[in-house]
Amino acid sequence: MADPILSISGLVAGYGGVDVLRGLDMQVSPGEIVAVLGSNGVGKTTLNKTLSGVLRPRAGVIRFDGADIQAASPAAIVEAGLIHVPEGRKIFPDMSVLENLELGSYRRAKARRARNLERVFATFPRLLERTNQHAGTLSGGEQQMLAIGRGLMGEPRLLILDEPSLGLSPLLVEEMFGLVKTLNAEGLAILLVEQNVMQSLDLAHRAYVLENGAFVLSGTGAELAANPDLEKTYLGM
Amino acid sequence: MFAPDIILAAVLNGLMTGAVYALTAVGLTLVYGVLHIINFAHGAILTAAMFAAFFAWKIGIDPYVAVFALAPIFFALGYALQRFVIGPSSHGEDRNILLVTLGLSIVIENLLLAAFRSDTRSIDVPYGFSVIDLGFTFLSVPRVVAFAASCAAAAILWLILAKTDTGKAIRAVAKEKLGASLVGIDVAHVYAVTFGLGAACLAVAACLLLPTFYVHPRVGNAYVLVAFTIVVLGGMGSVPGALLGGLFIGVVESLSGLFLGESLGQIGIFLIFILVLLVRPTGLFGARA
Repeated sequence: MADPILSISGLVAGYGGVDVLRGLDMQVSPGEIVAVLGSNGVGKTTLNKTLSGVLRPRAGVIRFDGADIQAASPAAIVEAGLIHVPEGRKIFPDMSVLENLELGSYRRAKARRARNLERVFATFPRLLERTNQHAGTLSGGEQQMLAIGRGLMGEPRLLILDEPSLGLSPLLVEEMFGLVKTLNAEGLAILLVEQNVMQSLDLAHRAYVLENGAFVLSGTGAELAANPDLEKTYLGM
Repeated sequence: MFAPDIILAAVLNGLMTGAVYALTAVGLTLVYGVLHIINFAHGAILTAAMFAAFFAWKIGIDPYVAVFALAPIFFALGYALQRFVIGPSSHGEDRNILLVTLGLSIVIENLLLAAFRSDTRSIDVPYGFSVIDLGFTFLSVPRVVAFAASCAAAAILWLILAKTDTGKAIRAVAKEKLGASLVGIDVAHVYAVTFGLGAACLAVAACLLLPTFYVHPRVGNAYVLVAFTIVVLGGMGSVPGALLGGLFIGVVESLSGLFLGESLGQIGIFLIFILVLLVRPTGLFGARA
């Protein structure tokens, strides 16, 4: 297997007096879709915030593309190509769709902004119809497309998708997972953080199950899908 | 009742005062919109800028020339103030920032008082009393210059906010800090740039005011009270609101001065302020809560 593009070891992070992540080890290889699964409150979003530099880890090493990034700023991490599409989209509501996308290349790939805009619009034709509309007035599905499009504008080497299916209708969820597959088929490594277990396992090459701040299960998507412990862990039975 | 051309003259005069008011309010509203704090040091920075312009004139530099140096200098000062003093001392708590800016205003004002006493100073420029004859009224040249330059400064600021990546980053940080971090925007830098822009606006306003106004260590307060009113009237955080609000307040002040007497001119401003708070607390351009 190729050298992992992202590897974390012994990662501990938390807020105040509480450790939310209690020693995580994980790898993502180039071209892989890796899923991190877990129900609400197990630390998925904390993991993403730590990876993108918004939250400083208390211990452990995060290596991205051969460099340690656990002490890097969010801007430096984006610059290195690790781009995080956050839960709840976090788009800029009173700016136009076009401006949101332009800011996706604020730190990285600015020189190729025009070309990447074309590519994003080819992927999301709906956004092209709404370039001048305020992002806050888009539907939930469109906002999610915009958030992913904004992430793609920075030419990610690894894209973290935090709950992309959250709050979408079943049909749109289907579409979203299809999109993840398409992006990956073009060579993009994706870290998919989801509550939607079966669909994520179906898609992911490998997956980790996060519970109470630690990975309790890991394996290929098919292995995990067949593992009776999964249901136990996931449903807490 | 007054003749129509006297009222028209009062409106024109009001617009000219209002443009400078708008410029002082734009900086305040910009900082509020992005950092979500009221900058209590706003008036003190204006005062400091007026002293800077005054001493520039003392060494022979006309305020209209000095503005090109003072605007970048005050941008840098504002940047440094936010980046190295206000930001680090806030520890993420808005109320800390309030206290720090309040403290800064006290420090700046008293340093100026200690250095220059409470004397009122003014400068004597050759064009100080030049007028433009419109037939029905005279317009003071320095005030026409102040009007035009304030509008130009506001237009430049608007262009920066609308068209440049830095401006877009400022607007992005104003509404969505986490989202901004995740596209690689350095939030602390954007805060400091915003504060710097606010200070640069004050430097421009100071250079425009000096030829027709006086300077003493507490002069900024008179303007800042009006600027607060404008910010509330225009909608907290709205730059176009601050512009229109400034012009409107200038006209209100001028007309109430005309009808109620010069010394009561500012009553109109604060009546409007109370009315806005009663009827439309989000201001003319304010976002709905």
